[in-house]
Amino acid sequence: MSERIKQIDILGVVMWFFRAAIIVAMLWGTIATLMDNPYSAKAWTDTIVAGIAQGSLYALIAIGYTLVYGVLFMINFAHGEFFMSGIMTSTIFIAIPMSESGYLDANPVLGLIIIALVTMLVSIGVAILTERVAYKPLRGAPRLVPLITAIGASFFWQYYFRGLYGSEVKPFPLIDSIAGKMTIFGIEILKSQALVIVVAIIMLIGLNLFVIKTKVGKSIRAAAENKDVARLMGIDVDRAITITFTMGAAMAGIAGVLYALVFRQVHYFMGFFPGIKAFTAAVLGGIGSIPGAALGGLLLGVFESVGPALFLEGLGVPSPHQLKDVIAFTMLVLVLIFRPQGILGERLAEEKA
Amino acid sequence: MSKRLFAVLALLLIASMVLTACGSPEPEAPAEEAAAGEEAAAGEFECTDEIGCVTYYADEPVRIASALVISGPNTDLGMDSQYGVEIAIAFKGDVAGHAVELQAEDDGCSAEGGQAAGQKIVSDQTIIGIVGTSCSGAGVPLSTVMSEAGYVMVSPSNTSPSLTSPDEAWNPGYYRTAHNDKVQGKAMADFAFSELGITKAAAIHDGDPYTEGLAAVFADSFKELGGEITEFTAVNKGDTDMRPVLTSVAAGEPEFIYYPVFTAEGGFLTKQAREVAGLEDTILAAADGMISPAAIEAVGEAGEGMYFSGPDLGFENELYSEFLAKYEEDYGTKPISVFHAHAFDATNLILNCVESVGVVDGDDLHVGRQDMRDCLGATSGYDGITGTLTCDEYGDCADPQITVSQLTAGEYEVVWP
Repeated sequence: MSERIKQIDILGVVMWFFRAAIIVAMLWGTIATLMDNPYSAKAWTDTIVAGIAQGSLYALIAIGYTLVYGVLFMINFAHGEFFMSGIMTSTIFIAIPMSESGYLDANPVLGLIIIALVTMLVSIGVAILTERVAYKPLRGAPRLVPLITAIGASFFWQYYFRGLYGSEVKPFPLIDSIAGKMTIFGIEILKSQALVIVVAIIMLIGLNLFVIKTKVGKSIRAAAENKDVARLMGIDVDRAITITFTMGAAMAGIAGVLYALVFRQVHYFMGFFPGIKAFTAAVLGGIGSIPGAALGGLLLGVFESVGPALFLEGLGVPSPHQLKDVIAFTMLVLVLIFRPQGILGERLAEEKA
Repeated sequence: MSKRLFAVLALLLIASMVLTACGSPEPEAPAEEAAAGEEAAAGEFECTDEIGCVTYYADEPVRIASALVISGPNTDLGMDSQYGVEIAIAFKGDVAGHAVELQAEDDGCSAEGGQAAGQKIVSDQTIIGIVGTSCSGAGVPLSTVMSEAGYVMVSPSNTSPSLTSPDEAWNPGYYRTAHNDKVQGKAMADFAFSELGITKAAAIHDGDPYTEGLAAVFADSFKELGGEITEFTAVNKGDTDMRPVLTSVAAGEPEFIYYPVFTAEGGFLTKQAREVAGLEDTILAAADGMISPAAIEAVGEAGEGMYFSGPDLGFENELYSEFLAKYEEDYGTKPISVFHAHAFDATNLILNCVESVGVVDGDDLHVGRQDMRDCLGATSGYDGITGTLTCDEYGDCADPQITVSQLTAGEYEVVWP
């Protein structure tokens, strides 16, 4: 017994030392950077805005992870591919032909709505197909089985779409009316970034309301709470699960369109890194929580964008931007040390964790 | 439990015996054939080579491998070289009475891809030499793997200085027909400083040995000329959001940014540079990794007026015209990137050495692996498409001519020298 207490103490001390070291390094770096401030105020706001836009994308994708985890307690690693499949397809079959015929520049709003609808439909189709074929037969299996299946599904879709559309980078057309910059509240911001932020906020609020207010949303929450009891109450759990995947994929589809508007390049591997980052964002915010996913995504995006210049430059690290992933994951570790359930996550019961 | 374990072990043992039985009988069978047919029996040749010999029996083709990037965003770079290899084999015909067979592998333009391709190639003892890799990042692990296994490789497109620098990544058996970036980086610095009159420049790489080496040589040469490097920084392969790093770069107010990276990251950098405050009119420049139709698509309208350093393709010899005619005939396009001629020369260096060091023994051909290395190393004054090739002791064989071209209306136009 006394042996055990001693062990925990040593571990605790090490953990405390670790936390303190990260925080001291961050503070030191921040102070050193700000003392010798190489950037103008405008450069800082530009960086923060870029981070918010990137974070909005993470948030939209993270929703898919969080919803599926909330209901099925599985991590759907194929989610990044739902994101990729829709926008790849609509870039090739809708956006590029529409841009070449001049339709997209003439009717940007209608054109973008058509692109968004097609993207969402393809993403949802891929998601439902994956759920039916790969996940549903494994509903009762141990938790590791669907996890590995999800990784397999991810590879399958990546290489399926590579075979379908080729491995080259496809350019997404530039739409004149959202090119260039605009000024909001005295901050100069790229129109495409502003669009990303606004659309993401609307989608996230809408989704949250949908899950809280509507009957379908209630059935999803019931299925998340306890599938057996939900079934006894007359809820079609399989349908609730399908709707969960549908909503997650729709969000991923929208994220795909926004990604294409900001970065204007798509290719078959584009889902992988945003998928990993969005998963990180979902864990950071508290997996299973929709507001948590949104907050996690935003924080991750901003830290990634501002962190290298703010924390690392002052410490004299060369090429700090190469280390932005280190910052993102260090932040994840830091948050999980203090709040293992994530920022907005509730402490999960034993069976869910 | 232990019974089941025993059963499984027994099964594995049987399986492994069956597999070895399947794998080994190859060498004896053709030897007998040769002995029956010809006066000189195959068994009589004694291999005295330090690191072993490869024997091609009657009717067996001489086998070489390519390890080029033939998938992903940089496909054009690798396929272009692969076409060069195929044309070289077609022009060459038989080597010492044996046909030539090419095994094409993918270097993936990454360290992992190079490692995997290398392992696969050296597991095949009938391969005598490798043309590859496309990317220096893949070349570093592949050259280690092939060197330990006793192979030779001639890269048509690795340009990182580290690969032929004995203190860094050089391995015995490594040669290249591509230029060393010590030349390319210096040429770009000359162009920017003397031709464009730039005094403040920045450089960005992506951590790959090729991009890092080239950016570093550019920065050093530019400083030597008297210019100022405002920022020397890096992104990651796979990054998409370049605005934060570009904002940092913009703080130094450079007039010129050189980012010798690959297609995907280069596309993001180019498009986003135009949207970052302070960089709207900065001159952008990249390198030979981004001279391809795919790169033109990736940079889009933002790449108009951008500069690219790369090998001089104005080869004035008859061989090159024949080569180009064959290229268009077979693949229905003009060359899609810049290292096809280097690949042609690289393949010929290997095949010529097979011819000159191979010992013909009746219908059989024996080639010593150390002999191959010695032969390639002794290359001197060889007239290829890309110039007169002479290998130095660390494998640099190129006759390097660098030009700078500008992207004008979707075409690369040579503007310097």
